[in-house]
Amino acid sequence: MNFTLNGQPHELDAHPLKRLLDVLREDLSLTGTKEGCGEGECGACTVLIDGAPVCSCLVPCAQAEGCEVVTIEGLSGDHPLQRAMLREVGAQCGICTPGVVMAALALVESAKQPSLARMREALAGNLCRCTGYEAIHRAVLAAHAERHAQ
Amino acid sequence: MVLDFDATGFTVVDHRDIPGRNVIALIQDDQPCLVTDEIRHFAEPVLLLAHEDRGTLFSAPVTLQVEAGTAVLDAGASQHVFKHIKIEKGNLARGFERADVIVEGTYTTGAQEHVYIETNGVIAVPEGEGGMALYGSLQCPYYVHKALKVLLGDAVKALRVIQVETGGGFGGKEDYPSIIAAHACLLALKSGRPVKIVYDRHEDMIATTKRHPAVVRHRTGVTHAGRLTAIEVDVLMDGGAYCTLSPVVLSRGVIHAAGPYRCANTRIEGRVVATNTPPNGAFRGFGAPQTLFAMEVHMDRIAEALGLDPVTLRLRNALKPGDTTATGQKLGEDSSALQVLKEAVRRTRFKRKRAQWAGTGRGIGLALFYHGAGFTGSGEVMLGSRAGLETTAQGVRILVANTEIGQGTRTMLAQIVADGVGVPYEQVEVSPADTSKVPDSGPTVASRTCMVVGGLLTRAAARLRDQLAGVSPAEHHARHGRLHVEEQYAAPEGRRWDDATYRGDAYATFAWGCDVAEIEVDPVTHETRVTKFTAVQEFGRPIHPAMARGQIEGGSAQGLGWALLENVVMRDGAMLNAQLTNYVIPTTLDTPPMDIVMLENHYAGGPFGAKGMGELPIDGPAPAVVNALRHAGLDVRSIPATPELVAKAIRLAPSLIAPRATTSARPGPASPGAPTP
Repeated sequence: MNFTLNGQPHELDAHPLKRLLDVLREDLSLTGTKEGCGEGECGACTVLIDGAPVCSCLVPCAQAEGCEVVTIEGLSGDHPLQRAMLREVGAQCGICTPGVVMAALALVESAKQPSLARMREALAGNLCRCTGYEAIHRAVLAAHAERHAQ
Repeated sequence: MVLDFDATGFTVVDHRDIPGRNVIALIQDDQPCLVTDEIRHFAEPVLLLAHEDRGTLFSAPVTLQVEAGTAVLDAGASQHVFKHIKIEKGNLARGFERADVIVEGTYTTGAQEHVYIETNGVIAVPEGEGGMALYGSLQCPYYVHKALKVLLGDAVKALRVIQVETGGGFGGKEDYPSIIAAHACLLALKSGRPVKIVYDRHEDMIATTKRHPAVVRHRTGVTHAGRLTAIEVDVLMDGGAYCTLSPVVLSRGVIHAAGPYRCANTRIEGRVVATNTPPNGAFRGFGAPQTLFAMEVHMDRIAEALGLDPVTLRLRNALKPGDTTATGQKLGEDSSALQVLKEAVRRTRFKRKRAQWAGTGRGIGLALFYHGAGFTGSGEVMLGSRAGLETTAQGVRILVANTEIGQGTRTMLAQIVADGVGVPYEQVEVSPADTSKVPDSGPTVASRTCMVVGGLLTRAAARLRDQLAGVSPAEHHARHGRLHVEEQYAAPEGRRWDDATYRGDAYATFAWGCDVAEIEVDPVTHETRVTKFTAVQEFGRPIHPAMARGQIEGGSAQGLGWALLENVVMRDGAMLNAQLTNYVIPTTLDTPPMDIVMLENHYAGGPFGAKGMGELPIDGPAPAVVNALRHAGLDVRSIPATPELVAKAIRLAPSLIAPRATTSARPGPASPGAPTP
């Protein structure tokens, strides 16, 4: 299959029904994307496909053919949202964090400051068992403020 | 047992391959690692298979011939008691004689699955001459180490257990990792190759431990003025098929069962019994959330019976410094029941909302609670934890077996040591939790890491500072090589506990909390929505306020899930809804805005005044929510308070919820097109 991964073109040989999650973790050793449930409920495996957040455990890799895939490794590590998650303690154990960050990127990028209701709706597909979500909301708001102050 | 496949390329292990004792060593040593002749629950391991190809492994069929026995699935009918505890204070009969009113009630709480987002997983790696390394997602490396020593005996000469980054625990990785670690080591021993076992979510949910379901019966004597004269409590917990940690879960449960209240005449009796389900085990709170739920819901029923408001009843009975608990423990100055209660009532405008919301379908309820920090009774003395510090080329290294599982262990301990030694935080590192490198500082459980292990490190830091005599650790290291200090736990002077009579100082100290839940009940779907949640908690002093706040927010969300959403459905001894599709935990949409308040009341025995606080936050949400339902007119006495349960309560009190249903013009997603009730 051919696809763009974190900005780089990739060609690899994989069974078309292999989960994109397994292709990323096992074939490409990108272990930042996590498996929490394997059935699209927890969002730990969220990646962007052509800009949209999807659960990579539900995507046969053939569906990513020709697409642009972005994983947590595609961020610099110094993205305003990543820094805000650290500062606001939006991550506790950290296993849900890559998925949460990928799902929340659009909120940070949106021109308007997201309301609490909009944040809750946008992140409802990402389960976190540690934080009760409050610190995640604080991090998204802080990152949004930083992103748009520039 | 028949292997219906060509076993070439497979590693096959059964109980005959165990070199040591066939047991998962913990408290009673009753749980075999692999079945020899009797299967006591449906998820019990019988045979282990390993193969280098996952697909081949999963398609290998094994037929098991079994003779069915009679399963005990009802804890109430079980004759096998793992542990019975009785706590007595004063004279119960005399207490009831002095009462004007007697209130009785039975309260039940369901099992709860931890749903750490990372499932249980381990990797066993054979090392050198008869060595074995076990890497795992786990809370307590030395628990695993002890269990593996018993199982592997002399077959493994050098064994080490290493905790790797762990994606959540909440008690669910306290004892279960010993089981899969045992499996991985047996397979690695036989094959001579590394073996990795990672449960998928379904396996994890059907096989691993849950919070003990409980039935708690109360009979309470009280005067017209609202003074408690007699408290009688009976606690029944379902332990599942093997003992595991059940006796200690029951112990914490019964000790907290009379709530944070003063009563001269108290009798608490508890039993945890065997049933043929997978064993239940540790879950944040460890028995206390079950009994505190019962007490706090019962208190609101007592208030109702007396025509008092719930705040007044609590103000009249809440424990104060100098009062004694059910075990006879005299409370110190750091006892803040009244402070947390008053602050929670004040900032939520509790009394005004209580009056204004009557009959509207909205409700506000509170719960007052406390949580003992550290191991119960003589537990810490028996553990005898050791914690060390050593100098490095960069500064100081912390040597403890306590694990970072998201709660902030590494950061918090490094802060304590940095301040204690007098070096910048950046110069302090924490050793990996590897049993070949760190001493046994006890398990990461029981809200003990900060108070107990942090306390040991405070002493170690002071000693190190003395020995450094003004030289920086890095400089001293460069000049003289490694400097190492170690401290071991010793009971605080004057602390007394008697395991035989359950009298004395059950805990070093307690943390205190008052939670307030504001709810509304959807008249159409009967869903209970928490619109606002307030937690006022005192745990000495937060070492890292932002992380401590995260513990309260996260623990509260777990408690709200247990109260309203999380329903472990069992059929024939197996979890029927072992998927995240139908075992529902709170999402962003189910979690309310939270107002978190951390009051300080320093505890002299803890580092910088800190007590334990990891478990406290899960004690209050469930009773606060159910008391809010009671305020809305709904008599609910068990959790989870699912829409089905709320619907039943509404049928018993239709007039109480009806006004909302008929007059509500509130627009909402459920309203358009919904059938008129």
